[in-house]
Amino acid sequence: MNAVNIDLLFKIAGIGIFISVLNIVLRQAQKEEQAQMLTLVGVVIVLLMVLQLINELFSSIKTIFKLF
Amino acid sequence: MEIVQVVGLGLIAALLVLILKEYRPELAMQVSLIAGAIIMLLVVDRIVGAVHVITETAVAAGINLVYLQTLLRVIGIAYLAEFGAQICRDAGEGSIASRVELAAKVIILVMAVPVIVEIMESVLRMIPR
Repeated sequence: MNAVNIDLLFKIAGIGIFISVLNIVLRQAQKEEQAQMLTLVGVVIVLLMVLQLINELFSSIKTIFKLF
Repeated sequence: MEIVQVVGLGLIAALLVLILKEYRPELAMQVSLIAGAIIMLLVVDRIVGAVHVITETAVAAGINLVYLQTLLRVIGIAYLAEFGAQICRDAGEGSIASRVELAAKVIILVMAVPVIVEIMESVLRMIPR
């Protein structure tokens, strides 16, 4: 479980670096709209991954502290 | 040695956030959010044990479990609110963070009302009429 979690951190950071590199390439190629779309899609994908982990955290906190 | 894991994870996350902040501040914020969640999930098992022991002690001491449950709920709400508010503050939204904290305070106050009422009642019972 821990290994999966830590993988998620590296995955998100990797996506961030990858997207910024692609963004620079697209800007150089004068494709501003595509660069903007790429940023948006990256943020949404990462947000989906983050939400899963946050959901896990919140449900464990809820069960521990009996917040129903 | 869980502490080594936690410290290592924190350092790596801080480094990644520093790298990402220059190009993609929104993804840097998500990395710090994830790091906070992972660190909490690493120590969650320990908290379960601690809560279990506290509950057992309270049962042995004959304390009404409603009080303990209120206490635990307050701790949980305070932790969650602190988590959310700190993330908002890191993202530069201090005003949203203070609203989150205010809401948490209100919820905790409402949750503590039965206990406060009980204290008031016992004080009133002591006062001779």
